[in-house]
Amino acid sequence: MNTTTLDTAPTTEKRPAPQLMLCEGNEAAALGVALARPDMVAVYPITPQTSLVEKLAKLIADGRMDADIVDAEGEHSVLSVLQGGALAGARTYTATCGPGLAFMFEPYFRTSGMRLPLVMTIVTRDGITPQSVWGGHQDAMTVREAGWIQMYCETVQEVLDTTVMAFRLAEHHDVMLPVNVCLDGNYLSYGTSRIEMPDQAEVDDFMGHKDVNWHVALDPLRPMAVDPLTGGSGGNGPETFVRYRRGQCAGMKNALHVITEMHEDWARRFGEAHRFAPLVEEYRLDDAEYAIMTLGSMTGAAKDAVDEARAAGEKVGLIKIKTFSPFPVEALQHALRGVRALGVVDRSVNFRWNCGPMFQETLGVLYRLGRQVPAQSFIGGLAGADLTVTTFHRVIDETRALLERAPSDEPVWLNAKD
Amino acid sequence: MEATSTCPSYSARDYKSEVKPVWCPGCGDYSVLGSITKALAELSIPPERVALVSGIGCSSRLPAYTNVFGFHGVHGRALPIATGIKVSRPELTVIASGGDGDGFSIGGNHFMHACRRNVDMTYIVMDNEVYGMTKGQASPTTAPDWEKSKLTPQGTGINPFHPLVIALAAGANFIARGFSGDQNGTAKLITEAIRHPGFSFVQLLSPCVTFRPEQRDWKDMVHPAAVDPTDDPARAARRLMSDDGFNVGVLFRGSRKPFQPGQPASVDSVADLEKEFVL
Ligand SMILES: Cc1ncc(C[n+]2csc(CCOP(=O)(O)OP(=O)(O)O)c2C)c(N)n1
Ligand code: SF4
Ligand SMILES: [Mg+2]
Repeated sequence: MNTTTLDTAPTTEKRPAPQLMLCEGNEAAALGVALARPDMVAVYPITPQTSLVEKLAKLIADGRMDADIVDAEGEHSVLSVLQGGALAGARTYTATCGPGLAFMFEPYFRTSGMRLPLVMTIVTRDGITPQSVWGGHQDAMTVREAGWIQMYCETVQEVLDTTVMAFRLAEHHDVMLPVNVCLDGNYLSYGTSRIEMPDQAEVDDFMGHKDVNWHVALDPLRPMAVDPLTGGSGGNGPETFVRYRRGQCAGMKNALHVITEMHEDWARRFGEAHRFAPLVEEYRLDDAEYAIMTLGSMTGAAKDAVDEARAAGEKVGLIKIKTFSPFPVEALQHALRGVRALGVVDRSVNFRWNCGPMFQETLGVLYRLGRQVPAQSFIGGLAGADLTVTTFHRVIDETRALLERAPSDEPVWLNAKD
Repeated sequence: MEATSTCPSYSARDYKSEVKPVWCPGCGDYSVLGSITKALAELSIPPERVALVSGIGCSSRLPAYTNVFGFHGVHGRALPIATGIKVSRPELTVIASGGDGDGFSIGGNHFMHACRRNVDMTYIVMDNEVYGMTKGQASPTTAPDWEKSKLTPQGTGINPFHPLVIALAAGANFIARGFSGDQNGTAKLITEAIRHPGFSFVQLLSPCVTFRPEQRDWKDMVHPAAVDPTDDPARAARRLMSDDGFNVGVLFRGSRKPFQPGQPASVDSVADLEKEFVL
């Protein structure tokens, strides 16, 4: 049996029959945005995000979404337009990836400092150079120190549901931080699957009233200039910084329980097809001796490999990270409780540690376990390379081997031709 | 037979690489590649003396299809990269190329400052009034009522921008417009642009047959500029304000002094160096 921590009893209330449809990940993200009723979207096209923003433009043109759309001249402007919108009290949204996200970095960093509750989908794309328009997590991973919440999706349904939840999360008073919903370029963005559309009235009830930014929004009763220059040593700058940074960290920390409660509320309202692990999913872990760790769309193939290995008598389980930022330290610690060897698969590179970024984050959690757990970094799926069930059998085999021998300092480069 | 010159002679083929372009059949950019390589052959510049820098877009794929030093840069940033190359290696012939989206949208600010800085290089924009590479969105040169873009299905509703007017206002030293369908005429324009000192801007109408099939009609719409090029910015401005967008030829030849990279100060002794830091 598949074991997950999500064993809350389903609600018995009667719900209307769900509306089923086939759609791609990008379309699902757009539909999720429409359900959340933003006031403003700003866009600049980039592969593989383009069909997402084009779908939004269509929803708006067809009158199915009541939002202003600004077709900006580049991503730096996109995010700047949205900052203006959010400061003026609008619920705002955009999507980008790779070079577009890189170009946005200046306003990106400020958005979290100003506690603007923007939602942005990153249709993840590998980091150039070399030039590639294919998927990989390097873009989202590279900006992980900028104070945004980042949640990664495995399925098209999860994309839709997480997108709606992201708006409520961003605006939550204990959080007030911008949120990235990360969906894998190519595999999820263009992957078609069956989804259940949540009911709009129920979504409206879930969202509650719009509360965009009590912290800085233009308030006619309280005109103020936002973000003046602070002084340096001897001035009020350092003190202001400490207050801001601590506030951002507190918002991040609070996000862990807000995300958890929100996912629970969502599943209760919309049913089991909408139940997703909020922070960390534990898959077949109960009696597992060793485990592999995944992020995003690769998880599907990894679960198949785990099922096959289980059928062959292997005591292997899987840990999927859904919320990467804030890093779910305690939930991961819990997932690792019985694990004696760990293989972590990343679709991007941490150049400083010569390993995958998720692997590096996990090392801190392993330290907290207070016992030695041999762990190996695997890096694969760069620039759209396929991570297949066969690939994950290799990951499983090499992780099992750690029960007997020490891990290598070098990452295992899956998909390498050498 | 006449005495042979000491300069080796080149043919357009010498500037082409083995890489086969992936442009759509009928795309105007094939012909632009032909014009650029013809111009370089006409000027007999050894391939290792040319640097060709682009941004990102269908048109920006061009450097890979040539045999000269090439760089497929960052979307919108061909001009600053080209500036860096020219300033550090003034002996190179530097060409920046790309599309209307690359040059006027995301890279629009660099366009103005490159004109103003007047570094001796040539900027070729393959203008198809669309973002071809991302499958057909409106660019800053697209008419406001073009409704085929999925991103602006009701048209952008905003006035297109006139790249030649901006180039003139910002100080470009040479301004021309060509049509990709006239490969030889365009090669001549590019030759002149490269020869002219300072920043030369060449707008090439280069149809995107996939997302703007109506641009196939451009071949019937272009016509030679009715009057000779001028070196008077005021006259050029008057002419451009009544431009129908299909005038081809050289429109402005300025005489502004090109940007000279500063000479490093010669420092003979520690005493000299210290002098520099005396307040
Ligand atoms: C920072 C960034 N944003 C967006 C993109 C996606 N993108 C690639 S090319 C392009 C537009 C190209 O249009 P244009 O310059 O007119 O070239 P064309 O394809 O029409 O020749 C866009 C938006 C990108 N590569 N980088
Ligand atoms: S999409 Fe348009 S610009 Fe791009 S190669 Fe095809 S015809 Fe040329
Ligand atoms: Mg174009």
